[in-house]
Amino acid sequence: MTYNFNTLALHAGQVPDERYGARATPIYLTTSYVFKDSDQAAALFNMERAGHVYSRISNPTNAVLEERIAALEGGVGAIATASGQAALHLAIATLMGAGSHIVASRSLYGGSHNLLDYTLPRFGITTTFVDPRDLDAWRAAIRPETRLLFGETLGNPGLDVLNIPEVAAIAHQHGLPLMVDSTFTTPWLMRPFDHGADLIFHSATKFLGGHGVAIGGLLVDGGTFDWEASGGKFPTLTEPYEGFHGMDFSEESTIAAFLLRARREGLRDFGACMSPMTAFQLLQGVETLPLRMERHIANTRQAVAHLVKNDAVAGVGYPELENHPDHALAQKLLPRGAGSVFSFTLKSGRTGGRKFIEALRVFSHLANVGDAKSLVIHPASTTHFRMSDDALLASGIHPGTIRLSIGLEDVGDLIEDLNRGLAAAAKA
Amino acid sequence: MESEIDGKAAYAYTGGKPFDVKLPCVVFIHGAQNDHSVWSLQSRWFAHHGFAVLAVDLPGHGRSAGSPLPSIEDLADWIELLLEKVGAGDTANCAAKTVSLVGHSMGSLTALECASRHPGRIARIALIGTAVPMPVSDALLGAAKDKEAKAIGMINTWSHSPRGTIGGNTVPGMWLLGASRRLMERQKPGVLHNDLAACNAYSHGMDAAAALPCPALIVSGSRDMMTHPKAAAKLAAAIKDVRSVSLEGAGHALMAEQPDAVLDALRNFIV
Repeated sequence: MTYNFNTLALHAGQVPDERYGARATPIYLTTSYVFKDSDQAAALFNMERAGHVYSRISNPTNAVLEERIAALEGGVGAIATASGQAALHLAIATLMGAGSHIVASRSLYGGSHNLLDYTLPRFGITTTFVDPRDLDAWRAAIRPETRLLFGETLGNPGLDVLNIPEVAAIAHQHGLPLMVDSTFTTPWLMRPFDHGADLIFHSATKFLGGHGVAIGGLLVDGGTFDWEASGGKFPTLTEPYEGFHGMDFSEESTIAAFLLRARREGLRDFGACMSPMTAFQLLQGVETLPLRMERHIANTRQAVAHLVKNDAVAGVGYPELENHPDHALAQKLLPRGAGSVFSFTLKSGRTGGRKFIEALRVFSHLANVGDAKSLVIHPASTTHFRMSDDALLASGIHPGTIRLSIGLEDVGDLIEDLNRGLAAAAKA
Repeated sequence: MESEIDGKAAYAYTGGKPFDVKLPCVVFIHGAQNDHSVWSLQSRWFAHHGFAVLAVDLPGHGRSAGSPLPSIEDLADWIELLLEKVGAGDTANCAAKTVSLVGHSMGSLTALECASRHPGRIARIALIGTAVPMPVSDALLGAAKDKEAKAIGMINTWSHSPRGTIGGNTVPGMWLLGASRRLMERQKPGVLHNDLAACNAYSHGMDAAAALPCPALIVSGSRDMMTHPKAAAKLAAAIKDVRSVSLEGAGHALMAEQPDAVLDALRNFIV
């Protein structure tokens, strides 16, 4: 038999340990593993036997988390990384080198944008950013040296819903994979492989963990992309690699060549691995992911409905609202909900935003999302405080824009807190 | 390594080392709707321990061209043609009878039939996840013909043990059910029905077993729902020189669920 989502969230990847019967996943806080004998050691190094050698490459606790997320996403496997940023970097560094090009949605998390726009060009990898809703722009930006299309399932900051089926089709027509950042949606809201994506990464720091105590990332391979059929675009996966026994990763594994190279080279050489303690903490979060996401969505829907009808609010950007440009697409791709992070705009602008934030008692004012606790930030007075009102508007952010990450508290308390802020903003 | 059989490209993974015809040869034969990569760990071990390895992609599967062959007899002849082509087991290159055939499921029937029809080169056969006969239900055959995705789902469910279904994979970070499904989805349309029909139609197995001219190893999973251990025991009873190994808790996807135990069984038998 096969199991369903809620069961997999609790069990996938772990059976009680044979020696002590521990039901919870043990934390294997060890750097390395004793070999049984010289033959076994050689066989492990040469991939003749499976197992763990050194925790930068793999670790039993991490492996449970990796399997669990792969199971929830419907992929073939996953790699746990030090952060979501590390997962993004690992994917790019596995697929390409200097001279390569990426086409990415322009609606990205700032950290991803920084890596693509400012840092990677120094290493010879450039990116063209496109309006994620403009399918012709995706097509037009593809060049002979393009190696990846990349976007977020729900874009930042306007919650653009990525049209994964269409963008994946464009990618595949050009022999390219589509990778998505699925942090905001988690596999509970959407499984991007079911819609045509080839690679997924998560900042597990957010909803997968949910508790806000651990930084981590997950890179998941759908096993769907045929690297061999891409006309030599991916030599890292289809040609012998001197750095690892002359291995041709596609020959070695028909469906997991990407993960093999990412682990055997990327984790080995770049070393952005996850601590097993972090993996354990994230597993505690994943166990309750379905329950938490249900509550996140239920609370968000009530908060959105409340804000929409408040006189101090100029507008609310949430894809479930009919006036959102991606409403129809959200109904199709995100029937369980469009996440619990969204923005709304105060009529009272920058000053109102500051007053709103300062009046809140339950929402925490900080730069994160996806916590069990409700979070809030006012870009114009924090992340974007140096920008003029005009410059803010040009980048799609209103001076009165507030971003909320709705948590799991009693929704009545959240609405009362929002009312406190709205009243303060109205007086600004 | 690529060869050409009947004018069509025939691919075999050589375990990460160049194929050396002077060495004793181990041929790994995959099951229905699979390819060479199901043997990646075991084939690498043999290639790095004094053997010439051919983990084949059967015709129409993986990287081998052409249509899938319609019968187990045809598959057995194709293996013989491949061995002839590369010179494996030829006395001009090495001692006689130096080829070991290792087959899983449909590949086990192929190995059995090949040893029966072409005994000249074959030193021994290892049959993993096997049953003779290997009947396939009408429901699965029908689904394979008309609703391939559904059939793949059925096979994936039945091929894994209760433990394999939950995970705890020996290969770090790999999700067994997802990997198995994707590998099956990689094969061309029509291959699955062809393979299952070939297994279902193979009627010569018990005769081949009774007259088997070489030693055999049978490896069974105690939780195998596709080829039940009782059927494997019946086959073992028909073979004169046979060794049986039962892997406790394993399902039909033995090489993925218990790769080290499969390797140890093969190593004890072949080396």
